[in-house]
Amino acid sequence: MKYVDEFRDGALARNIAANIAREADPRRSYHLMEFCGGHTHAISRYGIADLLPANVRMIHGPGCPVCVLPAGRVENGIQLAQMPGLILCCYGDLLRVPAANGMSLLKAKAHGADVRMVYSSADAVKIAQENPQRQVVFFAIGFETTTPPTAVAIKQAQALDLKNFSVFCNHVLTPSAISHILQSPEIRQLGVLTLDGFIGPAHVSTVIGSRPYEYFAEEFQKPVVIAGFEPLDVMQAILMLVRQLNEGRAEVENEFSRAVTRDGNIKAQLLVAEVFELRRVFEWRGLGPVPYSALRIKSQYADYDAELRFQIPAVSIPDNRACECGAILRGVKHPRDCKLFGTVCTPDNPVGSCMVSSEGACAAHYSYGRFREKAS
Amino acid sequence: MSTVKHNYTRPLDFKQGRVDMTHGSGGRAMAQLIDELFLAAFDNEFLRQMNDQARFPAPSGRMVMSTDSHVVSPLFFPGGDIGCLSVHGTINDVAMSGAKPLYLSASFILEEGFPLADLRRIVESMAQAARDAGVPIVTGDTKVVEQGKGDGVFITTTGIGVVPNGVNISGERARPGDKILVSGMLGDHGVAVMSLRENLTFHTSIQSDTAALHGLVAAMVAAVPDIHVLRDPTRGGLATTLNEIARQSAVGMMLYENKIPIREQVKAACEFLGLDPLYVANEGKLAAICAPEDADRLLQAMRAHPLGSEAAIVGEVIEDQHHFVQMETAFGGRRVVDWLTGEQLPRIC
Amino acid sequence: MCLAIPACVEQLIAGDSAIVNLGGVRKEVSLALVEDIAVGDYVIVHVGFALQKLDPEEAALTLALFAEMGGASPE
Repeated sequence: MKYVDEFRDGALARNIAANIAREADPRRSYHLMEFCGGHTHAISRYGIADLLPANVRMIHGPGCPVCVLPAGRVENGIQLAQMPGLILCCYGDLLRVPAANGMSLLKAKAHGADVRMVYSSADAVKIAQENPQRQVVFFAIGFETTTPPTAVAIKQAQALDLKNFSVFCNHVLTPSAISHILQSPEIRQLGVLTLDGFIGPAHVSTVIGSRPYEYFAEEFQKPVVIAGFEPLDVMQAILMLVRQLNEGRAEVENEFSRAVTRDGNIKAQLLVAEVFELRRVFEWRGLGPVPYSALRIKSQYADYDAELRFQIPAVSIPDNRACECGAILRGVKHPRDCKLFGTVCTPDNPVGSCMVSSEGACAAHYSYGRFREKAS
Repeated sequence: MSTVKHNYTRPLDFKQGRVDMTHGSGGRAMAQLIDELFLAAFDNEFLRQMNDQARFPAPSGRMVMSTDSHVVSPLFFPGGDIGCLSVHGTINDVAMSGAKPLYLSASFILEEGFPLADLRRIVESMAQAARDAGVPIVTGDTKVVEQGKGDGVFITTTGIGVVPNGVNISGERARPGDKILVSGMLGDHGVAVMSLRENLTFHTSIQSDTAALHGLVAAMVAAVPDIHVLRDPTRGGLATTLNEIARQSAVGMMLYENKIPIREQVKAACEFLGLDPLYVANEGKLAAICAPEDADRLLQAMRAHPLGSEAAIVGEVIEDQHHFVQMETAFGGRRVVDWLTGEQLPRIC
Repeated sequence: MCLAIPACVEQLIAGDSAIVNLGGVRKEVSLALVEDIAVGDYVIVHVGFALQKLDPEEAALTLALFAEMGGASPE
């Protein structure tokens, strides 16, 4: 597979690993946060941590949109799915996220709700066309990579004049999340959490470009390297961050230059701006309310807004008291710090969202990393 | 005055007809369905006796028995259908003990409204599979459930066989140092089926690998009578099968990613869908575990057989009190290949 | 939500779509989010949409970077 296999080459991995080992300063440690769920997954799946020196540590950030979706919104999704005759369409990862009373969309399906997994927002539009007598709601989640496809779906529905299609919008924004982490008390206080630099998300950046990160690098004096999705990309980005930190630089660098430009995908950005606007505030699981961090559908497209079409009460469901997802999402704690990890909370019976999605820090650690602790 | 033809019944309408509740009621309609469809297709000396049971002399030696229900959807997929799948599946389960499969039973739960044309296609596929394998279907049953209470057709097959002397194949016999082999390319069946499922369509030329493996097993046992473990990695893929064996044998395993045979197209399809090929179902492959000194001979025997031509040694059994299945990635790092969680849902992220 | 793969555009079809090929697997994807796509281009595909065209020159440069010998150890 072109542009895939070459970026997974083991020999090149050893070369980059040797470079990192040589250039990492033994007198300090490097704490690097990877923000994108896809990067979390790549690091686990390819065992990248094995190839890094001990003083280069990866921290998993809240880049998994399933993980940051509050239980209350999942509960809303379940309520919608339980409306008689309604078809709820969603991406696969969302099906097992636990809401209230251990309920999930998958379990609601088992109880008779018509919940359908789709691979693309366009599939949800097709389902609406094929079932004109039934209401079809697309449960939209995701960062900036996934928002343009939802915008296309809404415009498509409008062009087809579909009367039975609407979107339950939960799209969130990457820069706001990074901002929130950088401004959190744990970071501002010295000694609680060191965060030296960021690996910027791959495909979000193809859409938004590298420009939005310049603010963080400047304001918080932290280097950002945007990395491609393949394991060699991640390793090279780590090397570039180590270099920046050694040289005292705090810049935005683009390792994923084959797909990311400074401006990004303007066409997609314009489309999103046409259909969506900022919410003043949105609750993130684990982070609490974050201002200007999420999108809602503009009034011109109100016909396709599920929150206007249906009565969707705001539901706030607190996390299990012992669940450390919030701290884990902010990079402050590690999955093994959570009392529930691996016992009460496992991929089969997730209590918190970090365990549900395979990009969640807990699921990734459980599936790929927990042997390292035990084996030692 | 009209004459009533003696014993005349209208033949089943296989073109337009559908299963209805009378086909399960035990009356004439059911007898006709059995006669014109099942008996006609499966035809053998046992079925010709027309009893509710099949009678045969007790085979001598150690007997094994296995049963499997088949609920695959869609019913027809590239390379096969639920019919041949149900025959191969049970023959394989019996064969994984090293046994020669002898007889099969087949029971059907039909949904009211299921087209007879499709049923005939399925039954004829089963009959062909049974004939090709040399394992007759000697007894069976039919029931009909109301529309909406069944997914078209569910098939349950049971099989029996006899294990040759000197063969002791069992999931708890894996020992540290043993080699792990697979009989060929992994992931074909799961990808072929998923390519048809609603909402996940793409065009590939991947066919299900569904096949009866008892011939391959016989060749393997002839070359290496003391094979330790055999299992076919169906639902949950190779990863699940190896985790089961690791737990049963109280050992760990180490796989080598670049030794595991997977077609480029299957890898690509899994990339598209966010699936891991190690967890994708196979219906014509087996995993074998044997002592290290037997591995090369076993591999040669597998490769000499048409169903094992792409066989490979993919790893070894190790000491591990945690019973993890681990893998050295082609990339150079190491990861755990864990139990499958829930159903493998395509990742978006 | 980042699972996206680079695939080769094999055929442009009506309705602003294309058939892409990855390792022999063909899929129809929407081109609604990109412009100036020609057969033979590589695009990044995410949830059924092409998100961006891949730049082959930059890809080659990146691969070359991976192979470079790194700098010296810090003092």
